Amino acid sequence: MKIRRRDFLKMTSGAALSSGWPRLARAADAPTVYDLERFGNARILHLTDTHAQLLPVYFREPSVNIGIGEMQGRPPHLVGRAFLDHFGIRPDSADAYAFTSIDFEKSAGRFGKLGGFAHLKTLIDRLRNDVGQERSLLLDSGDMWQGTGLANSTQGADMVEAANLLGVEAMTGHWEFTYGEKTLRANLERFKGEFLAQNVYLTEEAAFNDAKALDPASGRVFKPYSIKEIGGHRVAVIGQAFPYVPIAHPKRFTPDWKFGIRDGELQKLTDGLRNTDKVDAVLLLSHNGMDVDLKLAGRVTGIDVILGGHTHDAVPQPVPVTNAGGTTLVTNAGSNGKFLGVLDLELAKGKVKDVRYRLLPVFSELLKPDAAMAALIDKVRGAQAAAWSGKIATSDHLLYRRGNFSGPVDQLICDALRSELNAEIALSPGFRWGSTVLAGQTLTMEDVLAETAISYPETYVQGMTGSQIKDVLEDVCDNLFNADPYYQQGGDMVRVGGLSYTCTPAENIGRRISELKLAHGRPLEAGKRYKVAGWASVNEQTGAAVWDVVARHLQSGRPPNRQTSGVTLKGVDDNPGIAGQG
Amino acid sequence: MITANGFPATRRPVLCHKVLRRKVLQGAGLIALFGLGDLPFGAALAAASDKYPEDAFKQKRDADAIKTLYGTSAETSDKVKLDAPEIAENGAVVPVSVSTTLDNVTSIAFFVSENPNALAAHYKIPAGTLPNVANRLKMAKTCNVIAIVESGGKLYSATKEVKVTVGGCGG
Repeated sequence: MKIRRRDFLKMTSGAALSSGWPRLARAADAPTVYDLERFGNARILHLTDTHAQLLPVYFREPSVNIGIGEMQGRPPHLVGRAFLDHFGIRPDSADAYAFTSIDFEKSAGRFGKLGGFAHLKTLIDRLRNDVGQERSLLLDSGDMWQGTGLANSTQGADMVEAANLLGVEAMTGHWEFTYGEKTLRANLERFKGEFLAQNVYLTEEAAFNDAKALDPASGRVFKPYSIKEIGGHRVAVIGQAFPYVPIAHPKRFTPDWKFGIRDGELQKLTDGLRNTDKVDAVLLLSHNGMDVDLKLAGRVTGIDVILGGHTHDAVPQPVPVTNAGGTTLVTNAGSNGKFLGVLDLELAKGKVKDVRYRLLPVFSELLKPDAAMAALIDKVRGAQAAAWSGKIATSDHLLYRRGNFSGPVDQLICDALRSELNAEIALSPGFRWGSTVLAGQTLTMEDVLAETAISYPETYVQGMTGSQIKDVLEDVCDNLFNADPYYQQGGDMVRVGGLSYTCTPAENIGRRISELKLAHGRPLEAGKRYKVAGWASVNEQTGAAVWDVVARHLQSGRPPNRQTSGVTLKGVDDNPGIAGQG
Repeated sequence: MITANGFPATRRPVLCHKVLRRKVLQGAGLIALFGLGDLPFGAALAAASDKYPEDAFKQKRDADAIKTLYGTSAETSDKVKLDAPEIAENGAVVPVSVSTTLDNVTSIAFFVSENPNALAAHYKIPAGTLPNVANRLKMAKTCNVIAIVESGGKLYSATKEVKVTVGGCGG
């Protein structure tokens, strides 16, 4: 593929800036994409939600990411042109390709794939070398150890090696928990950085039975924070794991642990770090999701910057949030290894004097892969990757997942569930990870696994009444659109096959979903039972793994379903979180 | 203590007991209150003589239960601190606790607005006792949890919505 290098060089101030806290830092016109002007005395590099994508990927950002109420029209709930306008990114540029879904297929040919750990390693090392020894930190907000067939089959072990070689110094977690406590602890034994989580505690039962904890008095399971010396200054990093692990995933993986946002505990920690430890900066390494972080930033005082993840929002500029103690900057660094957050701090005694933040797209074709990481990737992929490399099908249209309501990947999964399991209706979870496949690309088992590889992949077929189905849709929809971010879990709407409905996001729970209809247009009846297939249930299931069901469907040669998502939106006509289908 | 309305207040009462005893002993050493499950002597004897509020526990709606229990209604107060999760990890055992900086607290009660019977637990607080209580409530579905503190003969409340969800993810 011919890369037009000058396209990259036109990257403009959209990706390079800081926003009004403590004062505006000057935006630089970078002479080349990754030559950053020196600024401040401490550099924090931030990764999140790489989802084990060791190799470069295509990943289409959402064209539907609706914000409701106070969140309407504010980052991260901007897509397409509204996103470009807000952040001053030139249309048709490399940045526009990295950050939005506009002209995705056309631009994919011009700018190629993003991410890849060997490429990230090169970029990270370069940015660390630029500032010198002991002047930088590499932090990860979690979801690095899950997302591919390889990570799932090794239960994250491959990714521990990659994280170590990358030089991750501290991380928090989400999907890391879904391998279960024993595996997580084994992974953490081999992880050279620190795993931080202020919001994971033993349940009362586990505490009573003397289950393992960091500190039996508090019941905290993991170290809550770490104080790092950078350039003669002390920077506290507090970990905030995904608050809803035992709700979003089967409770059986973490039976002894309870989670939650716990902003009261966070305030106590922050106060202690400020008043007793006298640190110069407090960073929160968070897997809350951006909306939750924005609310939290308004309630908890003393945090300088929240380095966030979970909701996979690639937000070029930090959002400043004012609270009773000052201002906290909130960031979110995208997903799938597409981006690297660069937070340059000018630290002084007891405070951050100035800050500059950039979210750098990791254009794989501009970065020479690091040899050691490339060798490690070859080694860990080994025979397993070869076994998954056979062609299953060729995609005849763009396959992507990300979007509030549906995407072609999930329509394909729903088709597979309905046809292979002979069900009228299919339900599929609204995950935000999973790579994008261009039209004409070969699909392999490795590609199928990159959309489905979880530790509870079993499919199910069960009878559900129309009203039970509606309740499930209402419930998940509330997790997405509750006006109070603390009641949101992140993730997108459950995907449906064989069903269409109207959604009114601004309504309350119980009133958002209407006009439910079956595939042939007949209305869904509340009291009637339907045969429903699905996967990723929080209850234990025994059906075939979803990736085998999808592979079987693809191999069967059935013509692809050309129906659109079947979701009609109401009351969001002017919402800048919508740019088209998806 | 007076509790239980068909929904067990605690799955493992001994644990709740343990936590409460520690809190109580930290705060008010002069009262030998061995957990609220036991009826101690002294000031708490007054509570023991109170009649079980059967009618209040039978009410369906929270407003009716509050009226039946107290004969009056409560005003919202930021001096009542209700701690409950935003989203319950298990609707069968939702941890809730309440503390208050109000003086002369004589009782604390929990209501779950959408449970079949709204009143979940009612505690008499003997004089000199630190007014902190914790409990595990079974919740039928997403709704408000209301804590009411009776202080100086008046009622003060705090409310928090607790979501009981079918689960599923997620990022």
